[in-house]
Formats: sequence, structure tokens, C-alpha cells
Amino acid sequence: MSAPGSADNPLRVAIVGSGPGGFYAAEALLKSGLTVQVDMIERLPVPFGLVRFGVAPDHPKLKQCTAVFDQVAQSSHFRFIGNVTVGRDISVEQLQSTHHAVLFACGAELDRRLGLANEDLPGSHTATEFVGWYNGHPDYRDRQFDMSGETAVIVGQGNVAIDVARILCKPVDDLRTTDIAAHALEVLAASRVREVHLIGRRGPAQASFTAKELRELGELNGCEVRVSSDDLQLGPVCLQELENKGNFNAVKNMETFRGWSTRSAQPAAKRICFHFFQSPVAIAGTSRLERIELERNTLTGLPFGQSAQSTGLTSELACNLMFRSIGYRGVPIPGVPFDAARGIFPNMAGRIGTSPGLYAAGWIKRGPSGIIGTNRADAVATVQGLLADLTELDARPRAGADALSEILGPHRPMVSYADWRRIDQEELRLGAAAGKPREKLTRVSDMLDLVKRSRHSMQPINIAQSIGSSS
Amino acid sequence: MPHIVTDKCQRCRFTDCVTTCPVACFHGDATMLYIDNVQCVDCGACVQACPVHAIYEESDLPADKIEWLQINAQRAPGLPVISEKQVPLPTAEARKRELGYE
Repeated sequence: MSAPGSADNPLRVAIVGSGPGGFYAAEALLKSGLTVQVDMIERLPVPFGLVRFGVAPDHPKLKQCTAVFDQVAQSSHFRFIGNVTVGRDISVEQLQSTHHAVLFACGAELDRRLGLANEDLPGSHTATEFVGWYNGHPDYRDRQFDMSGETAVIVGQGNVAIDVARILCKPVDDLRTTDIAAHALEVLAASRVREVHLIGRRGPAQASFTAKELRELGELNGCEVRVSSDDLQLGPVCLQELENKGNFNAVKNMETFRGWSTRSAQPAAKRICFHFFQSPVAIAGTSRLERIELERNTLTGLPFGQSAQSTGLTSELACNLMFRSIGYRGVPIPGVPFDAARGIFPNMAGRIGTSPGLYAAGWIKRGPSGIIGTNRADAVATVQGLLADLTELDARPRAGADALSEILGPHRPMVSYADWRRIDQEELRLGAAAGKPREKLTRVSDMLDLVKRSRHSMQPINIAQSIGSSS
Repeated sequence: MPHIVTDKCQRCRFTDCVTTCPVACFHGDATMLYIDNVQCVDCGACVQACPVHAIYEESDLPADKIEWLQINAQRAPGLPVISEKQVPLPTAEARKRELGYE
């Protein structure tokens, strides 16, 4: 039997996840020149993953990449299947019986833990929960954040930490015209947080902030940024790192920090303070978070391989809220190998396991690094591997999404891209009424109700389109 | 603020940047690439991808490269989109060394 990819035996690929990794993989498959059918399976009724639920509401331009995803979804060889969880509603084995290949682009949804006692004390949260909450993610919309205290601590120094600091310190009126969730806006409007501390175990030259995002913190109305000039005195190995011309992002970050440390402090209503060379070693409080204990570090090692070693010097920081943002890990799916240490599906250039058929792209492939566009190059590379394996795949023709709906049965309604468009239109309508670009639906039940109602109100031909095959 | 490809791309044209662009806003002629600043979403992924740091955000643009803002805006829309990695120019490695990037 000939390899799949022809008109009589189209290459059927199931993509698990509908964030950037999934959509860029779909785009690459659809551009391959072969006859392909891509079925994208998403556990929520709405697509776009971290573009919808991760990108900050005050960064609307970045979200314009959904226009590219919309174009991908226009293809008659693409089908979106929302509201279906792989590993629960359908097994990986079942997916392999309906598709020639399964490509996982399901991201890294869980936070790494600090591994300290009291990590779950009220007031101690993950950045994931907070970001998901203000972005209206159904899993996090009912989380409670007590913002009655003045001091918040963020552990970790990447772009997520910056997003959290900015949302906490930005004047709430500047957020009212964004697509931030209404429930978050209400809580942030009453927030008494006025001091945010960002804690990093290594130095300013190793912080992984993007220069542009870091600089933005200095441009917030009514907020000053503080960094100790002592922390900016770099050792010889750090200076060597900065001399590397490819390390220009760190050079720009250092310029930004130096600018802040020498600027005469303008007293402002809110304050963001950077702390370097500090590791949290204890979380303290009786019924809720009261303070954290930090240990001072020094760096040892070669350029670009320096690690933090404790000096034994400790200090305390009183705080009411803490968010940890020290990395992310994927969620295991039964039937797929999992590297628990790295929180990824172990793979060789995107190929999972030894026999062809399972693939990974995006954060579940390489871990949580890079930005939206990084996942495009990454997904394209995985698809190239998949296409190179074509002759080794089990070539028997597969039934694809139609077989999936039989397996799922009537109790698991699949949400199509046409259904999503109706949710999208409703969100845009609600947003316009509130003076926002979008008001997200934040409950799965509300999304599914809307889908059901709009299907009933449509003409018969459109109902057929929304629940039948998209081709 | 838009991102801009400067003349450091000339004689290189590595095209690593285009593979990371989430909205395929790179256009190119035989000498270099240009960014369509209407399409660009300002994510900055390309800045990190370029082996010779030929791409800058507008506010980071060195004083002697300001003209490239205008040139990108004018040239990009009329040229074909480049969204897949291409073979760099034969002079690319030598040019990279000349620019001081190892």
C-alpha cells in the first residue's frame, strides 16, 4: 500500500491542542503539497491556547496573530474539534486508530513548585492561576486573590513575572479598555497592592526578560521601579557574558536596570522592586501568608553556565501575596511517554518514542521557552520530521474525525470552528457594549449553551455545516 | 513600535528570522529582507533569531540606521513574502565575522 498523502488515502493527522504550536503545525501540514486532513482537538470549546489565555490583555497587537490561525482554519482540509479532552474522552490509542499520526501541541499547563513547606498557604499562588484568572480561563475564573494587603512578591524573572507585576501595578483605568476578564477588573479596581517585589536567584545579566517587556515596566503611570545599584555591580564572568555580541538582549536589560538605579526616585503611588541573587528558602504565616525568607546567592561557573550558590546570609520580606513563576511543566497523557523531570514528552526532534506515529511541537516538545513565533519554527521542524517518516507510517486509510464523533457519542458535543465563530461574535458584541475589544465568556457551560442556542436558531443548512464534516 | 531590518542583513540574508515570524510579515529582494510594519505584531522573535542582530525595534534603532524605518515601510509591501528559510548569500559567513558575530 502506498504511503498516506494521496487523494485516495489522505494523510490524516490529529493535532492535540490549539495554541500557536498546534496552528503552526497545521499550517505546515496544509502547505506540504500532499493531500492531508488535519483534525485539531482542543479540550476547551475555544481555540488559541496561550494567545487567548496567556498573552496579557494590554498587549493586543500580539493577539493579531489569530488572523493567521483563522486563515489556517478556513482550509477545507482543516477541522477544529473543541470540547474534547484527549486521554479522558478519547484515548491516544483510539486517536491512532482514526489518524495516521498524532501531533501533541498541548503546551505546559502546570507550574513548577519551589518545593518549600507552606507553598499552598492562602496568599501563595502560581503565576499560571493569576494569568489564567485575569485572562478569563475557565479553569481559573473562580480563583480568589486577596488584594487587601499592600505587598506582593513574584518569584521568578521571566516575561510572565513581568506580566504579573504590570497587571498588579498598572492603573486600573488603563486596563478597562482591554479584553481583561470583567471579574478580574473588579478585583483589581479594589486592590490595595502598592509594592511588588520580583525575586531572582541569579543576577541582572541572567534575567530572561525580553528587553522590550522589561522597559515597559518603567513606562507605567504612577509607578516607580527600583533596583539596587549594588546588585548591578557585575563580576568578571557576567561581564564576559555581556561582551558576547549575541547576548544583546541582556546588554539592553542591563542598560534599563542602570537607568532605573541612577534615576532620582520620583515618589509614586506604586512601586516595583527588583531583587537579584536571592532564593526563597521558607514561606511563613499562621493562617495565611505573612512573609518569605530569602537566602543570598553568589554565582559560580563558566560564562552562560553560572549557577546560584547560597552564601547562607538570610533576610525576610513581609508580604501578603506571592506568585511563583519559575517555569512550567506539561501534563502527562495516558499512553504517551512523559519525562517527569523536564515536564515534557521525551522526543527526538519532535518524534516521540521509537516507532513513527506520535509527534510533539511547542512547549510540550522543548519546554517553556521562547515566544509565539518561536513555536512556528519549532512546529515546522516537527512537521518536516513527520513528513520524512511518511513511508514508515501505518498506511491503512483512516476514517478521521467522522470516526471520532462515533467514539465520542452524543454526550460529548464537539464544538466546530463555526461554533467558535459564534462564541467569538458574542464576545465581540459584549465587548463593544462594555467599551472593550472583547468580553470573554469564562465558563464552559456558557460557551456550550451559546453554541447550542445558535445552532438551533440557524438555518438547517448551517446546522449541517456546524456539526457535519467541514470539507 | 514596528521592527526594522537594517543594512546588516545585506550580504548575509540568513533568513532565520522568517521562520519565527508569527504573521509572515517579511518580504525580500535579492539583497535583503524587509518588515511590513502594518502586519508586524511587534513580538520581537525575529530580533533574537537573527545571527547578526540586523533587526531592531524602532526605539532601539541606532542613530545611523534611522533611514531603514522608511525603507522597510516603502519596500516591503511591493516584494514577495518570505516565510520559509532560504539558503544564505554566499558572502554570509564572511559578513557575519566582519560584523563581529561568532
